Amino acid sequence: MITLYDFELSGNCYKLRLLMSILRLRYDVIPVDFFPGRQHKSDWFLKLNPFGQLPVLKDDDLVLSDSGAILAYLAKKYDETGLWFPDDPAITAEILRWHAIADDITATASAARLALGFDYDFDVPKAQAGAHRIFRLMDEHLWFGEREGRDWLCRPAHPTTADIACFPYVMLSEEGGIGRQDYPALRRWCDRVRRIPGFTIMSGIFPAGRALEQA
Amino acid sequence: MRRTMPPNFPIPLHAPNRYSPPMTTPDPLTLNSWQVIAALDELPPGLVERTILLDTPLAMTRDRDGLPVVWRRTDEETGDEIDPETIFDRLPVTTGYGFVWTSLGTPPTDLFPIPEYAEPDRVNMSCGSIGIHVSAPRAVENFLDMGHFPYVHTDILGAEPHTEVKEYDVEVSEERDEVLATRCRFFQPRAALSATDGMEVEYVYRVPHPYCSVLYKSSPEAPERRDVIAIFLQPVSEERCRAHLLQSMIDSTSTITELRRFQQTIFGQDKPILENQYPKRLPLDPRSETPIRADKSAIAYRRWLSQKGVNYGVIPVAS
Repeated sequence: MITLYDFELSGNCYKLRLLMSILRLRYDVIPVDFFPGRQHKSDWFLKLNPFGQLPVLKDDDLVLSDSGAILAYLAKKYDETGLWFPDDPAITAEILRWHAIADDITATASAARLALGFDYDFDVPKAQAGAHRIFRLMDEHLWFGEREGRDWLCRPAHPTTADIACFPYVMLSEEGGIGRQDYPALRRWCDRVRRIPGFTIMSGIFPAGRALEQA
Repeated sequence: MRRTMPPNFPIPLHAPNRYSPPMTTPDPLTLNSWQVIAALDELPPGLVERTILLDTPLAMTRDRDGLPVVWRRTDEETGDEIDPETIFDRLPVTTGYGFVWTSLGTPPTDLFPIPEYAEPDRVNMSCGSIGIHVSAPRAVENFLDMGHFPYVHTDILGAEPHTEVKEYDVEVSEERDEVLATRCRFFQPRAALSATDGMEVEYVYRVPHPYCSVLYKSSPEAPERRDVIAIFLQPVSEERCRAHLLQSMIDSTSTITELRRFQQTIFGQDKPILENQYPKRLPLDPRSETPIRADKSAIAYRRWLSQKGVNYGVIPVAS
C-alpha cells in the first residue's frame, strides 16, 4: 500500500500525485500542515525525513523522500510500459539531468512563489532572474525539439518523469511574479503535459482546453 | 464581474501603464480602522516578525504574557531577538478571532462582531496568511462572488450544469454599517470537508469592514447551524494584500490539518484568478465594468466603499 505525506499547495508533492494519477495507482494521503503549521519540521515528520522536506512516500515498509527520486521509483516499480523511466543508459542520464534542473526550478521559481505568497524570507528579484534564465534555456530546447519532431524534454517520442518533474513550478511561476509570455515553446509544452491521459490538477493549475485536433 | 477591456488592450501584464497606482495617502477611515496583520499563534514571543501595512513597514512580537506588540519598523529583521519592554513607541493593538490587528490612526474600541466564534463546540483556526498580488477590495469582491464556483472550484463548490446564481437579497445594514447578502443558494458537490453528498447550500455574506468579509453557510454536520469562513485582507500596498483566512466550523471528526487543507485547496484555486484581475485596484465607477445580475453584492460593496470615501486599493469615481 502506498501512502503519500502531502501538502496540497506543494508543487513537489503534486509531481507524485500527477504521476500516480497517470499510472492509475491507488494511494492514501496523510496531509502535512506545511503552512502555516510547519509540520515538516516537527519531530514526527523528521523521523520520516531528517531533512524536513516534503514529499515523503511510504510503500509498505519502504520510506522514500525527494520528489525526483520517488518519481524514478514509482516509474521503475509500477509502470509496466517502461516508458516513464526507460532503462536505456543514455536516456536515464538525460532524465536525471532534467530532474536536477527541476530542483533548480524549485530553488528559483518556487522560492519566489514562497516569498510572495507564504512570507518566506528569500531574495525575490534574484529568484525571479534565476527562473527566467532556466525558462529561456528550456524554451530554446523545446523550440528546437519541436523543429526536430520532439515534443518532450527528453529524446523518446513520449513523456518521461523529466516532464513531470519540471512541470509544476513552471506552471505555478506567475504566483512568484515570473511571467511566461516570452516563452512560447515552454507554454506549448505545458499544454502538452496537461493533455497527457490521466492528467490531474492541483490548486493553481487548471486543465488545458482541448487540443485543436481533438476538437 | 465582466471586465471591460481598456481600448489599448492587450497590455503586457507587468508593464507600467496608465493604471499604475499613484502614491495614495489612505483615507481617514482606512487609517483609523483596525487592520489585520498576523495570526496570533504564528507570532513568536521575543522574536521580531516584519510585515507591511498600507505601504508602512511594521515590526511585531509578543510579550511575556503572549500579547502582541506592534511598532513602525526601522532596521529590525525577522528573527531578531527583542525585549518587548524596550519598545515604547507602540501602535494600537488588539486581538480578535485568532489574529493580531493594529491601526496607523486612532481605532475604535471594538472590532466588528463575529458572535459565533465564541460558541464552545466550534473548531476555530487560521488557515494561513497568504500573499496575493491584487488589491484587498478585489479579493473581498471575489469572495462575495458565487458565479465562479463551477468553473474555478469544479466538483467542490460547484459543477456544471448547476451554474445559475439564483436571485438573492442585498442590503446595507444602517445599524451595523455593513453589506449583507442573504438567501444566496448554490448547488455544491462538496460544500465542506464534512459533506458526503452534493447539496443546495445557503449562504449569508457580511462585509463588516472595507477589507473583511464573513461567510455563513449551512453546515453539513448540523443543518440548522452555520459554518463560518472569514477572509481578512491586510492591505500591504494598493496592489498587494495578504489574505488571512479564518474557519470556525462545526465538525466533530476532521483534524485541524484536514480542515486547513480543504480551505487552502479552495483558496489556491482562487489565487491565479485573482492575480489576473486587471486593473489590480477595484474600480468604483459603475461604468467601468459591466455587471450582471449575479453581481448584486459586488455592486452594493462598491457603492458602500464609495460612500465611505475609501480610496486605498480602489480607483475612485472621478469627481
